[in-house]
Amino acid sequence: MGKVLKPGVTIKGTKDGLLFLLDESRPFSVILSELQYKLEQSSNIWDGPDTRVRIKTGNRQISRSEEKELRRLFSARKNLIIHSIETEGKSDGGNMNPGIQMLAGTVRSGQVLEYRGDLLLLGDVNPGGTVRTTGSVFVLGALRGLAHAGGEGDESAIIAASALKPTQLRIANVVSRPPDEWEDSETSGMNFAYLINHQIAVDKMHHLSRIRPEIEWKENRFRG
Amino acid sequence: MGESIVVTSGKGGVGKSTTSANIGTALALAGNKVCLLDTDIGLRNLDVLMGLENRIIFDLVDVVEKKCRIKQALIKDKRCDALYLLPAAQTKDKSAISTEQLRWLTYELKEEFDYVIIDSPAGIEMGFKTAVSGADRAIVIATPENASVRDADRVIGLLEKENVGSPKLIVNRFRSHLVKEGGMMDVDEVVSVLAIDLLGVVPDDEEIIWAGNQGEPIVLHNKGLASKAYRNIAKRIQGEVVPLLVLEKENKMVARMKKWLGFA
Ligand SMILES: Nc1ncnc2c1ncn2[C@@H]1O[C@H](COP(=O)(O)OP(=O)(O)O)[C@@H](O)[C@H]1O
Ligand SMILES: [Mg+2]
Repeated sequence: MGKVLKPGVTIKGTKDGLLFLLDESRPFSVILSELQYKLEQSSNIWDGPDTRVRIKTGNRQISRSEEKELRRLFSARKNLIIHSIETEGKSDGGNMNPGIQMLAGTVRSGQVLEYRGDLLLLGDVNPGGTVRTTGSVFVLGALRGLAHAGGEGDESAIIAASALKPTQLRIANVVSRPPDEWEDSETSGMNFAYLINHQIAVDKMHHLSRIRPEIEWKENRFRG
Repeated sequence: MGESIVVTSGKGGVGKSTTSANIGTALALAGNKVCLLDTDIGLRNLDVLMGLENRIIFDLVDVVEKKCRIKQALIKDKRCDALYLLPAAQTKDKSAISTEQLRWLTYELKEEFDYVIIDSPAGIEMGFKTAVSGADRAIVIATPENASVRDADRVIGLLEKENVGSPKLIVNRFRSHLVKEGGMMDVDEVVSVLAIDLLGVVPDDEEIIWAGNQGEPIVLHNKGLASKAYRNIAKRIQGEVVPLLVLEKENKMVARMKKWLGFA
């Protein structure tokens, strides 16, 4: 990963106001917190006359709730008036699998980690914390909070965790909470949750290849 | 330049004020110049725990409103020469002081004191944000119960957002017999959920309640475990490596203590 990190939020002055460029390659939650930081930090810069703001999200299609969150952040600066939020038309590669995003850290109570695509979290999701993706969720740590995979309807999404002890699981639009009598033995080791017959089922990790043969690894078969 | 440490928890009644009083006193007994700063405006009680209530003339709000100089509002402790209290106002509410004002005040106090211990109100609203704004470091108090741990977790997330570096955990009111019976979370369970360094474990002890009612922090007198726990915490704050107390003589526990030594 020898790449130079671009800032998630680039702010440019134009002749008729300010242009906010939001990096499309980073999770939106990361962009939002960077934006919030920038809006809060340099307090004196923002206290000027009313300014028109244009926001460009690159190739990222943002959802209604993401847009609401975005507007909420800007509402903290009364003089910044959002004129437009622009998304580039889906380019040819629009349907490309963006690969798995890897992020480290604890998702604590009250925090929401959102990502468009598949997410590998190196850390815990605590009770009261939420991870939501449009793809699958993999937690290399304890999942004790809420995980929502396939947030836009992808029913093939799965949720896997080193310790799968969620308060609630959601895949696509199916909601489930673990039965009260979940035995420790059932949840020990790596488990994953998936959707079958509109119900969420949990199984040992080594059964995944049977349930999703299309991603099974086979010897002597080069990939990529 | 000294250091400011906020004592916080999210949940109320878990022992923030008691802990502030005791570790402040312990730090002073160890030879530091210490200021206890009560930011729980409207619900002040650090002065009561310290037995200094009847000496209050000016308070925190008077100071930030410049009705008096900082020195005039500082109350010198009856027992320790190097210990002072800046009491909260009792008649105002949390909006009586801004984050900028508290930042200014802690800055001024740090010029004078080695440690400024900021006792914070319960909750995560304005009073919390104000208290935290003046802090270099944070101590999070949790009792070994689900609700308390959940609130502590929330607070740790907010502390990270407010850029208060790596908070440390004190587990308060620990009762080993309840853990054995399965009625209480074990310390390592709490630590594993919150994923922050453990600063110490304080046992649940009636003497602490007694001492609080007498206005005499327990570290001043008692030779028991609770008093020792507070003194050890004070040592760790000063950067000493002190093994965790064995609150109970049981092999399993001792093994766990060893595991925690790295946190000291
Ligand atoms: N370790 C402890 N053992 C027994 N009682 C305690 C302990 N710590 C605090 N208490 C009691 O709990 C109550 C609440 O403590 P306090 O310090 O006022 O909490 P907070 O400031 O967080 O609201 C008080 O009555 C206090 O004496
Ligand atoms: Mg209190």
